[in-house]
Amino acid sequence: MAILIDHNTRLVCQGFTGKHGTFHTLRSAEYGTKVVGGVVPGKGGTVHEGFPVFDTVAQAREKGGANASMIFVPANFCKEALIEAIDAELELVICITEGVPVNDMMFVKRYLMGKKTRLIGPNCPGVISPGLAKAGIMPASIHKKGGVGVISRSGTLTYEAVNQLTQMGIGQSTCLGIGGDPVIGTTFIDAFELFKNDRQTKAVLMIGEIGGSMEEDTARWIKRNFDKPVAAFIAGATAPKGKRMGHAGAIISGGKGTYQEKVKVLKSCGIKVARTPAEMGKTVKQLFKKT
Amino acid sequence: MNVHEYQAKELLKSYGVPVDRGFMVRSPQELAGALDQLPGPSYVVKAQIHSGGRGKGGGVKLAHGKDEALQQAKNILGMNLITNQTGPAGRLVSRLLITEAVDIDREYYLSLLIDRAVCKYVFVASTEGGMEIEKVAEERPDSIIKIHLDPFSGFKNFHGLEMAGKLGFTGDLAKQLTGIMRGLYNLFLEKDASLVEINPLVKTKAGKLLAIDAKVNFDDNGLGRHPDIQALRDIDEEDPNEVQASKYDLSYIKLDGTIGCLVNGAGLAMATMDIVKFHGGSPANFLDVGGSATAEKVTEAFKIILSDPNVKGILVNIFGGIMKCDVIAEGIVSASRTLGVKVPIVARLDGTNVEQGKKILAESGLKITPAGSLNEAAKRIVAEAEGYGHTDRS
Repeated sequence: MAILIDHNTRLVCQGFTGKHGTFHTLRSAEYGTKVVGGVVPGKGGTVHEGFPVFDTVAQAREKGGANASMIFVPANFCKEALIEAIDAELELVICITEGVPVNDMMFVKRYLMGKKTRLIGPNCPGVISPGLAKAGIMPASIHKKGGVGVISRSGTLTYEAVNQLTQMGIGQSTCLGIGGDPVIGTTFIDAFELFKNDRQTKAVLMIGEIGGSMEEDTARWIKRNFDKPVAAFIAGATAPKGKRMGHAGAIISGGKGTYQEKVKVLKSCGIKVARTPAEMGKTVKQLFKKT
Repeated sequence: MNVHEYQAKELLKSYGVPVDRGFMVRSPQELAGALDQLPGPSYVVKAQIHSGGRGKGGGVKLAHGKDEALQQAKNILGMNLITNQTGPAGRLVSRLLITEAVDIDREYYLSLLIDRAVCKYVFVASTEGGMEIEKVAEERPDSIIKIHLDPFSGFKNFHGLEMAGKLGFTGDLAKQLTGIMRGLYNLFLEKDASLVEINPLVKTKAGKLLAIDAKVNFDDNGLGRHPDIQALRDIDEEDPNEVQASKYDLSYIKLDGTIGCLVNGAGLAMATMDIVKFHGGSPANFLDVGGSATAEKVTEAFKIILSDPNVKGILVNIFGGIMKCDVIAEGIVSASRTLGVKVPIVARLDGTNVEQGKKILAESGLKITPAGSLNEAAKRIVAEAEGYGHTDRS
């Protein structure tokens, strides 16, 4: 079953003709994702790398049957690209672009309320349902189909976790990066809600980091609403206060969002927390031993 | 990005927020001219560095009369101001703000920021002005007032009147407060701020609300569309290596350990620091080379890491997604050669083109230790750095 993307996904890429847009759309198509084409304003009607190009997302939907989009447009144009995708009523929009101004995301997040679209990101690696489809920038080869859902605020740290799982013979249902920004479309809780109803997913690995309170809020929610076992890792035990650690959202401000606080709350909610990033796979494996 | 108090106040003023009268000066000569334009007889001399707690550190002084103001200015200019936020090294004071002294009746706190948990803007206020708001939140949480704004409605007058009611303002004071809050909101949205804070906001004995100290932080992701705000950047306030790193689109933060870390991706970079610490080492820095590193970028990253004299070893941890391992490997080899790197390097590469990457390292003839896993890499570099530290001392 998996979540978010599968054989029914019909993907369009906004910002298709750029270097990264081209590269990763082709890799996604190679993986087996049904790629409808790309959207590039002013280039509608042309063909790029064998795929049709549309002027607007609505056209990609009408003419190509697109139901999902992957966005690579520059940060300052993301607000408009997102509004366009939401207005075209795509089911899923994945914004890979890093550096979107937070005020733009405040508008988009509010605009999403009551709409049909689910947004993943921005500033994220995308989504992969191993063996079914991929819409993102992750290296496909490290994944293996199976029963563990992986949710993360980071990109490469997720690859690290997935690699450990696969090497231990543990497959994944769907892996998604929700993005490292302070305001994002899909939160950890949103993702857990999807995994809750997915029969393929038997356990979930959550990879969080310092900053904000999303991990704590999620842990409390899990305790009340989620029956499958959950393992976690929180990055940033050694991060100094008041410094933005690469991700716009990864900052300890006003004594809030510390590693210690997050781990304390997670453990108290029954989540198994890996001590080091090298033990993420091992910690997931222990979940299965118990059950 | 942060700006100085005097710059924050100029911004507030341009958005209709009343601030105390003052001038930024860089020398006692400039101060003399400024004093003539302020009413007196008392003045406040304030060190301009990007830090709170300046008063406690001795960087803010009340002066009675022009002579005393001049004397205080001479004392503060050029001093190394140490506050609870600057760290033990302190910060050199090269700019002052000289203001009129205001007759204060009562001090308040007022700020605007984003509440991440609910994705709304939030005004935070307190009747306990002049103190650090974190401290107030801890000691007197009941005195903290919050008013949330929906991004679609934006700021409306009733938000101001609501806040006024909670702070005990009526009539003209409520109107003044509403105007100030509108100014903060407009500034926040139009200039892509991430925090606008007035602490203290004072009620003068004449019944006027006035910003006596102000702080504005900006969303780095929004700076590109505000050249006027970029022009306010004072790179003397930033770590020179962090400034150099930002020129190459590298995300670097200096720490006080001995193991340099070169990683792709912010989350993995943090996790790499964490595991170095777990194995008994201490990270010298956070460094994310980003998603699209070139050999040139990797060389620059090495230069920045090595400019820290505490570094006794470098751990390279790359998990290729967008980034290809062979490109990184070439970068490591060329950086080691051109820079003549002496400290031990442990490189852990994984992901896209990993075999080609490992081959480049092995054939380079350089002493770069390959590691198969994150755990092994961290253990190795901690051990090698310790060994290097010992031979270095002998």
